Amino acid sequence: MITPVPLFNYFGFLLDPANWGWSDGSIPQRLVEHLGYTVLAVLIAAAIALPIGLLIGHTNRGAFLAINIGNAGRALPTFGLLSLMVVLMGTGLVPALIALVVLAVPPILASTYAGIRAVDRSAVDAAVGMGMRPTEVLFRAEVPMALPLIMSGLRSSTLQVCATATVAAYVGLGGLGRFLIDGLARNQYDQVFAGAVLVAALAIALDLAGAGLERAVVSPGVRQRGSARRGRRRGARSTDTSTQEAPTASTAG
Amino acid sequence: MPRKSRKLMALAAVVAAVLPLSACGGDPTAGGGTGDKSTIVIGSANFPENELLAEIYAQAMEAKGVEVQKKLNIGARELYLKALKDGSIDMIPEYNGALLAALSPNGEVPSDVSAPQEVYDALQKVLPEGTETLDQAAAEDKDTLTVTKETADKYHLQSIDDLKPVASKLVVGAGPEFKTRFQGLVGLEKEYGITFKQFKPLDPGGPLTKAALKKGDIQVANVFSTDSSIETEGWVVLDDTKNLFLAQNIVPIVRSSKVTDDVKSAANEVSAALTTDDLTKYLAMVQVDKKDPSEVAKQYLADKGIVS
Amino acid sequence: MIEYIQNNYSEILTDLGQHIWLALVPVVLGVIFALPVGYLAVRRGWLYQPIVNLGGVLYSIPSLALFLIMPAILGTGTLSPLNIVVSLAVYTFALLTRTVADALLSVQGQATQAAEAMGFRPFRQLLQVELPMALPVMLAGVRVATVANISLVSVGALIGVGGLGALFTRGLQLGFMEPIIVGIVLSVLLAAVCDIAIVLLQRRLTPWDRVATR
Repeated sequence: MITPVPLFNYFGFLLDPANWGWSDGSIPQRLVEHLGYTVLAVLIAAAIALPIGLLIGHTNRGAFLAINIGNAGRALPTFGLLSLMVVLMGTGLVPALIALVVLAVPPILASTYAGIRAVDRSAVDAAVGMGMRPTEVLFRAEVPMALPLIMSGLRSSTLQVCATATVAAYVGLGGLGRFLIDGLARNQYDQVFAGAVLVAALAIALDLAGAGLERAVVSPGVRQRGSARRGRRRGARSTDTSTQEAPTASTAG
Repeated sequence: MPRKSRKLMALAAVVAAVLPLSACGGDPTAGGGTGDKSTIVIGSANFPENELLAEIYAQAMEAKGVEVQKKLNIGARELYLKALKDGSIDMIPEYNGALLAALSPNGEVPSDVSAPQEVYDALQKVLPEGTETLDQAAAEDKDTLTVTKETADKYHLQSIDDLKPVASKLVVGAGPEFKTRFQGLVGLEKEYGITFKQFKPLDPGGPLTKAALKKGDIQVANVFSTDSSIETEGWVVLDDTKNLFLAQNIVPIVRSSKVTDDVKSAANEVSAALTTDDLTKYLAMVQVDKKDPSEVAKQYLADKGIVS
Repeated sequence: MIEYIQNNYSEILTDLGQHIWLALVPVVLGVIFALPVGYLAVRRGWLYQPIVNLGGVLYSIPSLALFLIMPAILGTGTLSPLNIVVSLAVYTFALLTRTVADALLSVQGQATQAAEAMGFRPFRQLLQVELPMALPVMLAGVRVATVANISLVSVGALIGVGGLGALFTRGLQLGFMEPIIVGIVLSVLLAAVCDIAIVLLQRRLTPWDRVATR
């Protein structure tokens, strides 16, 4: 009944050189906008979630709170939150940014907490035994060892924000979501397709950048342990589930 | 972190209570287009007035015993017309001029067509196969270009023509589809020779567009003529001297396979009674008094004595 | 708020019902496809990385985009719920293949060696030893996928099929807070209920594991 459009029709928008110049609504300009929203939201979220996660992990107080905020955050419907913010505050960058930050905080918080808690207690005891003060214990022993998990939290929250920022176009924002929303409204599927490809490409690029950053900041000794997912891990299932949940906590928006 | 099992049991009971509800709620196969004559799927565009209209037609039909399923808030015309053609929906309240433009090649309507009846007649020649229109209403809701009082005073704006010398300083806001429609930027450039400084894709005459106009993010907005904000905000609607936006009478478009006597008589009864004033008045109940469209539709049908 | 719920009781329930199956049918589909592929990634080691990477790429496609492209791929109608169901099944699959593979890898060890020594054939070993042992980790993945799906369904409202998401678009257009709050609360509650249901299921299925998992 419905004849699918030939495949090459999907690439029209993406391949048109006119869309690659620098102008209002061009591909580079939307990419920069999208990247801007993503980076801004993740930075703000990190500024909120990292200190709290470190504190909770270090003192082990309020762990219940961290876990539950993490779970509730995952369950919050992105689009609902965004709609609520717009109805409450009107249009513009700030309400959309708030929605994105609310979504970006839980993965960072949960993985930071889990990372610190997963640090081998004997290593912490050793640090204390060496006469380190509590902040030194945190930043010189616990954080370096927790970094792989903290980084994976940052990466999954970046992925989530990058994907979710597309929905923000529905409430009048720019970014790559414009191609999806505008293409839909104008029945231009090559534009929709371009939007999908570009967001996916941006997400992958950001994730690779995150992996590079992780490699740069995580000490080699810790890295081996953290990335040994293909090795045989006998009887280590209880830590498995905790590492399993944190990295996969992202949702495509 | 073991949880209390009694709490769990209580929640399990909630699950048990909620899940069966889902059985009566959604039907996984309800994609429409089944050719099932007994149920008519009524859709609506993604703005409140169209949702209200869909509710009014739907409830009038339900009162005649027609099985109605509602799929409201679908999106822009470009999207819901596709849904109508592929049978995802069977009926949608439309606007005759906009529909005619959407179905005409390049969106260009013959220049001798402007009065409601002319539009209706021209429409009959371009309707998609398998669809038909029912009677159109006297009620009209036009696309407009609207500015604030301040902007109108500043640039001495009365009609769309007046925009020509100053358009390069102004940002226009509308639904994304406005950019590529003839009854939008394309026609404004071709008929009026107007090119705006920037086009901001927002929503069709909706809250985003109106908020942006109020805030000054945009200076010219595509607002619908029935919108009560025009009056309450003291906005100025620019005259469409070249009749770009055509007559816009409400007319239901239906898949012919779903037209029964009951469907037809219910819809035509509604259309016969509906006036522009009604539309403005009852739409304000939704937009200003924040009543639910289904409630307002019910009240309208009762007030008019169509459904008691 | 209460007035809104009273006036729109039946529509809210319809939306909720649609939301439930739009979110949960894909979980079932995703699991059905992820199990054999995840198993394959473990049996044929060289497939592990490509499969994990494929999952990563699929998962980075924004949901709205996938919803929009589906009719062209599947030949479905514009408003067909299948567009949402298949898209979310793709996400569930992307997320779970890796989880299944990692879960199966994590149970390789003494127990599987013992089973091998006892003369279990590979298929019987998979069914009776590896899968049960891998179940807690796999179900943790299913929990994540379920909760994610429930949150994502509402985006479908932008193309006219979105369960509780319809309450969001309506609230947005009319500037009403009530439908949005009702939608958010129901969506979060639904996620919590499903999450707990899976935890309960896991307890029934793996009574030996009660101490080891959170």
